[in-house]
Amino acid sequence: MPAEAVIERSDRPAGAARARELLGRWEVLVAALFLLTCVVGQSLSSEFLTAESFTTASLDLSEVALMALALALVVVAAEIDLSVASVLALSSAVMAELWNAGLPLELIMPICIAVGALCGAFNGFLVTRLGLPSLAVTIGTLALFRGLAFVVIGDESVTDFPVAWTDRAFGNFAGTPIPNTMILFAILAVAFGVLLHATPFGRSVFAIGANVEAARFSGLRVKRIKMWLFVMSGAVAALAGIVISLRNSTAAANVGQGFELVAVAAVVLGGVSIFGGKGSILGVVLALGLLGAIQKSLTLAEGISSYWVQIVIGTLLIGSVLGPNLVRRAREARGSIPTRRGKWPLRRAATPNAPQQ
Amino acid sequence: MERIRTPWAVIVALLALTLAFAACGDDDEEPTAGGANTTAAADGEIKRGLKFVSMPKQLGNPYEEIEHGGFEAAVKELGGTHELVGPTDASASSQVPLINSVIQKRPDVLGIAGNDPNAVAPALRNAAKRGITVVGFDSDVAADARKIFVNQASSEQIGRDQVKILAEQINEEGEIAILSATANATNQNTWIKFMREELKNYPNMKLVKVAYGDDDDQKSFQETQGLLQAYPNLKGIISPTTVGISAAARYLSSSDKKGDIALTGLGTPNQMRKFVKDGTVTEFALWNPADVGYLAAYAGAALASDLITGKEGEKFKSGKLGEHTVGKNGEVILGPPTRFNKQNIDEFDF
Repeated sequence: MPAEAVIERSDRPAGAARARELLGRWEVLVAALFLLTCVVGQSLSSEFLTAESFTTASLDLSEVALMALALALVVVAAEIDLSVASVLALSSAVMAELWNAGLPLELIMPICIAVGALCGAFNGFLVTRLGLPSLAVTIGTLALFRGLAFVVIGDESVTDFPVAWTDRAFGNFAGTPIPNTMILFAILAVAFGVLLHATPFGRSVFAIGANVEAARFSGLRVKRIKMWLFVMSGAVAALAGIVISLRNSTAAANVGQGFELVAVAAVVLGGVSIFGGKGSILGVVLALGLLGAIQKSLTLAEGISSYWVQIVIGTLLIGSVLGPNLVRRAREARGSIPTRRGKWPLRRAATPNAPQQ
Repeated sequence: MERIRTPWAVIVALLALTLAFAACGDDDEEPTAGGANTTAAADGEIKRGLKFVSMPKQLGNPYEEIEHGGFEAAVKELGGTHELVGPTDASASSQVPLINSVIQKRPDVLGIAGNDPNAVAPALRNAAKRGITVVGFDSDVAADARKIFVNQASSEQIGRDQVKILAEQINEEGEIAILSATANATNQNTWIKFMREELKNYPNMKLVKVAYGDDDDQKSFQETQGLLQAYPNLKGIISPTTVGISAAARYLSSSDKKGDIALTGLGTPNQMRKFVKDGTVTEFALWNPADVGYLAAYAGAALASDLITGKEGEKFKSGKLGEHTVGKNGEVILGPPTRFNKQNIDEFDF
């Protein structure tokens, strides 16, 4: 024991620093906000902390959650994809049309995902080959893909999908309160977490987001990597389109309007820097939990209009972009952390693996 | 212990805690909703203290606000409590999360105007399973997802009447267009189907385009502008949605084609009064939307009090509206639409 005591004492300054670092971590802040929401939610309605709340809140957020995972990687690479909700709608529309044409769902689903990947490749082509800013490109394709969805099935909605599949999307996993869609989400979250944090590809994504010139000069195939990110984003959005169509037993061209904003909110709220180079899948998962809790608590409360969901999410979104900037400026002003102003005039560049520390 | 990654440990613990909360929540639901505050009613009477929730397609639509105002007025007469819950956009699935939360609040009656008849059906069936009486009004939902649907007037009559009104105004000839709400709005699409039927009686009237303003004022305004540019010979527009007709009227009243293009459809007197008086619009139609909501609340109360079950031929008392009868497929029809013009518009205030 004496030996340990010695170690502890000699570690104390480092421990204190770590404690401060821990408290300063974005994920901890989001988790704290989540707990706060739980307390507030329970005080607004005694129905809040129930299995049913968990089931429906997570089910209702399924598609946004799936899309946010792939979107996180795009944002880490300092790009954005605002077309995800429209790809979701196009996927739903294609699914409806092919189902009307008599194809089996087992064949339709891969086709839908391929269509989504193609949409992503189109975004990627415009961004990487023509050098257009992804913000402008994907605002354009947001309208374009949604329009295509209406061209595909018009004002119809298709509802006669086989019950076996709709039950699968609507149901819970093996008698637990966890929806099947959340199992799908968990699998993808682990996959994207590993991809971003534990592979050379992921490190390249961070490097590109931190400093695209440096990444290019160090030999990374920037265009190819970005292309893959957009393709993945499109494919996952198409998967979300399949999920929402089956879950609601309805495929239509106007599903998921505004989902892109919630997905972006989840990504940014999860601590992914909107300027690229920083972020973690864990943060995004926590932010999704927070968004789900906020939506649930506000919709369960008596007499609170659903406009408040948007107001709260909007405020959090601004807060999560503004917060880190203010904190950094305050720290820089105090001189407590070394700045690299001289080297990187615009912002403190993150090292490729900085978020993992 | 030194090597544990503290943030991760904390976070995992938090998540575990949440899951534990979720898992130990009260899972055993009461078989019937509400219950607690309702007092047993004498035979043939509506129970007092029923809890009502009404859900519009979208918040902020003035027409629906009137409808749900009528719903609330009826709830007051019935001695119940009312809450309005609605989504901020009218997309097919936006009501589903709200229905899921409403189920947890366990009202006795849920009155709903569906954005998409089928997207909301699984959630509504779930509500019915928990003993919540589901009544559709304004825009129907899948028939097995509600007990009664309160229809404004027969869809056929509404669709055909709008074509008749326009035909009178343009002497039964010329190109016409329709400015609708969202592309998959159930009620608008049904009316448009009957409009097409009725147009067969007017060989010289040609429907050139159905445009969609998505019940969005700005978009409806732009679609009207687009129609006028694309079809210079356009003689008339039918807009079977209050948002559409007022946006179209606003555009026409400031354009040089004011008076040359006839506009009719479904609008509220308060929104359209100005345009009727300045000559942009001659005549349009509507039922009293407040009565639609009012009737839906009475139907819901009768169902929740076990006075009726939603079968064809059953009669129930509908307050100031007298008595209504359940028709085929659980449909209850309010009555024929009213026409509004210069002569009578000042008699209405909604």
